[in-house]
Amino acid sequence: MKIVVCVKQVPDTTEVKINPETNTLIREGVASIINPFDMYAIEEALRTREKLGGTVTVLSMGPPQAAEALKEAIAMGADEAILLSDRAFAGADTLATSYALAKGIEKIGDVQLIFCGKQAIDGDTAQVGPEIAEKLGIPHVTYVKKIDEINEQEMIVERMNEDGYERVQLPLPALVTVVKEINEPRLPSLKGKMRAKNVEIPVWSAEMIGADPDKVGLNGSPTWVKRIFIPDMKCQGEIYCENVEEAVKTLVEAIVSRKIV
Amino acid sequence: MSIKVLVDKCYGCKVCVPSCPFGIIEVIDKKAVIKDGCNLCGACVSTCKFNAIEIVRDTKTTIDKSLYNGVWVFAESREGKLANVAYELLGEGRKLADQLGEPLVAILLGDNIESEASKLIAHGADKVFVAEAPELKYFLEDTYTQVIVDLVNKEKPNIILMGATAIGRSLAPKIAARLETGLTADCTNLDVDVAEKNLLQTRPAFGGNLMATILCPNHRPQMATVRPKVFKPLAFDAARNGEIVKVDLSKMTWDLRVKILEVVNEVGNSVNLEEANIIVAGGRGLCDPKNFAMVEELAAVLGGAVGASRAAVDAGWIPYSHQVGQTGKTVGPKVYFACGIHGAIQHMAGMQSSDIIIAINKNPDAPIFKIATYGIVGDVREILPLLTKEFKKALGVA
Repeated sequence: MKIVVCVKQVPDTTEVKINPETNTLIREGVASIINPFDMYAIEEALRTREKLGGTVTVLSMGPPQAAEALKEAIAMGADEAILLSDRAFAGADTLATSYALAKGIEKIGDVQLIFCGKQAIDGDTAQVGPEIAEKLGIPHVTYVKKIDEINEQEMIVERMNEDGYERVQLPLPALVTVVKEINEPRLPSLKGKMRAKNVEIPVWSAEMIGADPDKVGLNGSPTWVKRIFIPDMKCQGEIYCENVEEAVKTLVEAIVSRKIV
Repeated sequence: MSIKVLVDKCYGCKVCVPSCPFGIIEVIDKKAVIKDGCNLCGACVSTCKFNAIEIVRDTKTTIDKSLYNGVWVFAESREGKLANVAYELLGEGRKLADQLGEPLVAILLGDNIESEASKLIAHGADKVFVAEAPELKYFLEDTYTQVIVDLVNKEKPNIILMGATAIGRSLAPKIAARLETGLTADCTNLDVDVAEKNLLQTRPAFGGNLMATILCPNHRPQMATVRPKVFKPLAFDAARNGEIVKVDLSKMTWDLRVKILEVVNEVGNSVNLEEANIIVAGGRGLCDPKNFAMVEELAAVLGGAVGASRAAVDAGWIPYSHQVGQTGKTVGPKVYFACGIHGAIQHMAGMQSSDIIIAINKNPDAPIFKIATYGIVGDVREILPLLTKEFKKALGVA
């Protein structure tokens, strides 16, 4: 079975620090890693390959530096990794990103199963997976916490929701996004690390995947960022800095008098 | 498509330099220069007083925006019962619709669900489209997309709002991709530009600390998802008038490639943070997983639920199901105790609609104090037991 895992390269921190003097993000010293949720997707792809045979290809769109993060997937045991990188991809929103990734998957060809993490920790949108599936015209299931059964034709998965979970049957080819309950990602093996060190990550341009220039990057993005700002939060509460015991009493009185508890 | 500095307009004032989230603007010989690494976010464009920075987009406006009218809310239901987020979206949608002078429309899908439609009207909808079929009894991305996309193509709404729930976060991107339009996830604030009929969608960006306002200026409908508990519903008003329209599905060829085999409810086992009136949440300031017992004790005394910051969850102190924030749960209790929580934007996005926020943190500059109703500066490990003791006393609990 031909399996593809879509991954994103993200800064290795969930709380990007702001330099108070210049009001810009401090990016120096922040390494790039594979989005943590995508690690579960890679692991599940490797487990599926171990069960059914086939290959695992890791696919990403990003700047040329993203190739380094992809080597980690090779070290874990992925057969190959491909990077979609082109200036034409810059400024892509989720729709333009999913279009490019779908074109990449079409170029890989004959893909039966696609794994994505449930969302990326920097954007948190959870949109790219379902949008890729729609572009490819295949079904998708989000928030998968377990694959109950899988063969070449179909799979049965457990999808998490607010009330519990659902068991869902879907035909292949298909796309699933996975949550961290699904597995425990393996550490890279020594052999894998050696392979990753020497591997060349192919870089595909917009032209190579046959992308319509109007559908990638900024041109292909219906959403525009109008403004980025540091939220102006006014301090309106009562803050007690000393005499903690008194403060606790005042506070408890205030809450109890409102008859909430 | 590119970004450029209009050299004759640039005075080298350097105002744009700090506006760049990537820090790649430099002023060389009194002219701004944008170096490699630009992702065209546009932050500098809006700060330049001289309009000297321009993003050139080759986007052609192919649609006639005046054809699109109406604010739609997807009225999510599970097992025949409306989800609260549907009412919350109607509350916010009413405000937007009134500003735009457009109708507020709810779309309700299911099997034998028409009886719920009047509740949507009582909560603010001018019109409810009801799509009923046995095939719609359970949510399936394929069938729900078929019905909604058909309806959108026929009725041409200007805006569609959906809950950022398990259902909404799977359905909304599928619909957006099929319609080839924009979608903004997890908005924490919505507003409209009445002249352009644009939806101003604000959400946390760049992994926290910054907010971004996002537009979808040349595509319609404009789609956004919003977490539960971010907006407040309008009061139920049975006197409100509205129209209920049944959607004709007789010609539908259903796409049934995906099947639901079983629905398993586990509510009893999971932490019902979303519905809790009181939440006591712990963060890294507790210093040790053992100290979560203090959080649990206060929660038990007050009959509340236990929450946690991402830092505490990532450290493995408490399971993910307790996480409050952008990647966890969005909550809106009557009282929220933030114990040793610093207050990353992502956390605050998940709890800022709480009625009363009590923050305990030893750092007086912690951002959590900015949204706190009451704050105590000090070591949470000393203050929590005091609080528990005082509450016990006040409530007469042994």
